[in-house]
Amino acid sequence: MTMQNVGRPTRPEDVQPLAPAFASLTGGRGLLQDEALIFERDGWTKTGVDLPAADLDGSDLGDLARAAPIGLPGLSEPEAMRHYVRLSQKNHAIDLALYPLGSCTMKHNPRLNEKMARLAGFADLHPMAPLPTVQGALALMDRLSHWLKTLTGMPAVALSPKAGAHGELCGLLAIRAAHEARGDPRRRVLVPTSAHGTNPATAAFVGYSVTEIAQTDDGRVDLADLAAKLGPDVAAIMVTNPNTCGLFERDIIEIARLTHEAGAYFYCDGANFNAIVGRVRPGDLGVDAMHINLHKTFSTPHGGGGPGAGPVVLSEALAPFAPAPWVVHGANGLTLVEEAVEEAAQAFGRMSAFHGQMGMFVRAYAYMRSHGADGLRQVAEDAVLNANYVKARLSGVMTPAFPEGPCMHEALFDDSWLEGTGVTTLDFAKAMIDEGFHPMTMYFPLVVHGAMLIEPTETESKQELDRFCDALVALAQAAKAGDVDRFKGAPYLAPMRRLDETLAARKPRLTWKPESGVAPAPLAAE
Amino acid sequence: MRYLPLTPDDRAQMLGVIGAATIDDLFADVPAAARKSETFDLPDHAGELEVERELVGLAALNRAAGAGPFFCGAGAYRHHVPATVDHIIQRSEFLTSYTPYQPEIAQGTLQVLFEFQTQVAALTGLDVANASMYDGSTACAEAVMMARRVTRRKKAILSGGLHPHYAATTQTIAHAEGMDIVRQTVAVDAEAAVVDAIDAETACVVVQTPNVFGVATDVTAIAEAAHKAGALLIVVTTEAVSYGLLKSPGEMGADIAVAEGQSIGNALNFGGPYIGLFACREKLVRQMPGRLCGETVDAEGRRGFVLTLSTREQHIRREKATSNICTNSGLCALAFTIHLTLLGEVGLRQLAAINHAKTRRLAQALGAIAGVEVLTKRFFNEIAVRLPGDAAAMVGGLLDDGVVAGVPFSRLDPHAGLDDVLLCAATEMTLDEDIDAFAQALARRIG
Repeated sequence: MTMQNVGRPTRPEDVQPLAPAFASLTGGRGLLQDEALIFERDGWTKTGVDLPAADLDGSDLGDLARAAPIGLPGLSEPEAMRHYVRLSQKNHAIDLALYPLGSCTMKHNPRLNEKMARLAGFADLHPMAPLPTVQGALALMDRLSHWLKTLTGMPAVALSPKAGAHGELCGLLAIRAAHEARGDPRRRVLVPTSAHGTNPATAAFVGYSVTEIAQTDDGRVDLADLAAKLGPDVAAIMVTNPNTCGLFERDIIEIARLTHEAGAYFYCDGANFNAIVGRVRPGDLGVDAMHINLHKTFSTPHGGGGPGAGPVVLSEALAPFAPAPWVVHGANGLTLVEEAVEEAAQAFGRMSAFHGQMGMFVRAYAYMRSHGADGLRQVAEDAVLNANYVKARLSGVMTPAFPEGPCMHEALFDDSWLEGTGVTTLDFAKAMIDEGFHPMTMYFPLVVHGAMLIEPTETESKQELDRFCDALVALAQAAKAGDVDRFKGAPYLAPMRRLDETLAARKPRLTWKPESGVAPAPLAAE
Repeated sequence: MRYLPLTPDDRAQMLGVIGAATIDDLFADVPAAARKSETFDLPDHAGELEVERELVGLAALNRAAGAGPFFCGAGAYRHHVPATVDHIIQRSEFLTSYTPYQPEIAQGTLQVLFEFQTQVAALTGLDVANASMYDGSTACAEAVMMARRVTRRKKAILSGGLHPHYAATTQTIAHAEGMDIVRQTVAVDAEAAVVDAIDAETACVVVQTPNVFGVATDVTAIAEAAHKAGALLIVVTTEAVSYGLLKSPGEMGADIAVAEGQSIGNALNFGGPYIGLFACREKLVRQMPGRLCGETVDAEGRRGFVLTLSTREQHIRREKATSNICTNSGLCALAFTIHLTLLGEVGLRQLAAINHAKTRRLAQALGAIAGVEVLTKRFFNEIAVRLPGDAAAMVGGLLDDGVVAGVPFSRLDPHAGLDDVLLCAATEMTLDEDIDAFAQALARRIG
């Protein structure tokens, strides 16, 4: 059996020495239960809720009424509880151990924030409820805006984008609207080779063509290349700062100056704001627009892939083009501008149905208030300190991509130290799983060969960092000592062994289907 | 600073290992002009009690939907969420995990997504569904752009019954990508009119059912007309509970179905986070936006799940990706799927029936008032009523009677000339006494 997506065969026979001594009768492994899909439990007529009878029927709907069975199984409450708790135990989580995914900022998620978001005054609040009944929600949005503007040194913020990439879209739409308002539509967006994939994807989404800017040997934007590529058809430059190599763009002010001189706008990807929050204001660097991932810097939980929130701060030049809605102070308290008319006539449109991720605003605001100005500064300092500590501790056995000078909140290594070992970045990362750690970000940024990008964040203690570094040093030594099986077959001790991603893509099975290929047993007639 | 584990001693030791004298040395790459040495003009750190006090105070300035008779819908619906749902989504392993890029230690999230995708495909009557979008409105915009990729045509026709915010979101995002968006005249029963606008340039027709006025429509004929012209039919639904009672989009010929899934498992949250549902026919899957979870096996041959077909996505394809979406609504999808698993088919159908019955009762009560006209004839759980005057003013007045009467249409679209139209929804949360209180107060104010 061939496995793995990047050409690494891992045959079961290769890894027998470390495989479990026997297979259990249930398919489980001790406390890790083998859990069937909800569709495989014959729950077609079950329900886990008790609802009253409806006192009027749907007979008035005629042929609009659904006749055929839907095909949805149900579970009683105890069965449902057990199903999801069993599944949960197969996940890694920041509450379990270090989650050093570079560029993702997996930090502690305070539970106070969860409690606050669930207050009925926030959670049980309808987005279109009359404005006099939502004054507290608008006040919270107003206070959050004040904090975001103050921390970034920017005059305006659009709260409605729902995630980082949605924020990028918002920023580029504002830039596009600003160029169009000047009668100077432009075609191109410049993006460094080290950028997140969302940057070029967003630029293309908005109809721009993308030109890559080269990187210098020390991991920064190549100013000469930037200057050569800037021109009258360039609408914007998208730069992440600190960049995806974990480095501060030393020439950032010059980058902004050159960009503005060419009549273009400076979009900053704020994914790495955690490294500088409370210490550096993007507004002082010449940024025109920057999204802030509330689910990174301001610690709203990632939830297994969202929801996030991606408010965008805007410069004076772009502020008039911000999308509806936004909060304003009116004669009778706070109100919402919901339409692109009158004073909002230049608004470029609307990013989504309502006002943004209110649940995330509450959490992020609670987090900011808890840390305060002094605490947020300490957040950046400790995040940077932790990353430099990891870099220092691992540099003896692994090869830092940019050994000279400090890094910011991420330590980046390449795979040259693995040369000749037969172990790849992927193998090494999978072996970390056996030690109880989530792998670092791998093969990103693309500009560094076999990249390993480690972001510990400020919420790791020195003790936990030492545990992590000790494990990585020992693993690195094992790789160099030729203990290849330990890596090739890894993980051995996780809930699952390596999964065949090639098979999944070649023969996509995206929904459950009964083995027989027929629809589930229809419901008994009601 | 309760969230920061390092002690001053730790910091000093660590700086020593690094070989730096002070923390400022680590920020040496920041240009001097941009180093901020003083702290910001913001309050310093605060204890849990202090923060809680401020937020409880702000929350108390709002009137929660549950505080009395409440009839707002228009794309967000108040439903009961079983306690089990909120308990499970707060488990650390779900709440504090990342996108499942390492499948060996993310099978919990991945199996949930696989089950979720299967449930959404079943609800919509289509073959495949993705792992969620931000919300219904952005899912609608993404569906329109997907239709462009599939048909290589630029024109999208939006029905006049499409939620105005969905139309505006689609216009904003799809227009930027160079699409020609034709929004038809807003009207209560506008769906049939889209057929006349379909031509050989049309990439897709977007029809909402139940529409923003609550009107449920059989779109089969629209599907036929669209397909005859080589266009796709996109069916939008803002109330996912309606799937329990009404024919599915797939049964009526939809190629893509998008929906707001908030109604199942998720609170109102003043508009977000919500969850976009996105389903389509199998042959279109490679043009789909967003994450997809698929089945596979591990090195021991055991069934497992991974994110798949990622060659559509931004982290692989960059500027050639089908969408720029990365983070989606994972935890909201979890809430959705848990609630739907608790309901099962039996419970969902029953819940839908209760919603419909409550709304029939509401329509009868309001329709009996002289001067009030119920405009929506075939509805699920929402109706549009015409009042003898300005609906926004009436909502303001009824607030003094303790009734939140609904959403004046003018709030969603001030240019439609429908200032006298009020949108009212009833769900299983609505008490018969709430309906009586609403009808009596309205009759008093009109009379």
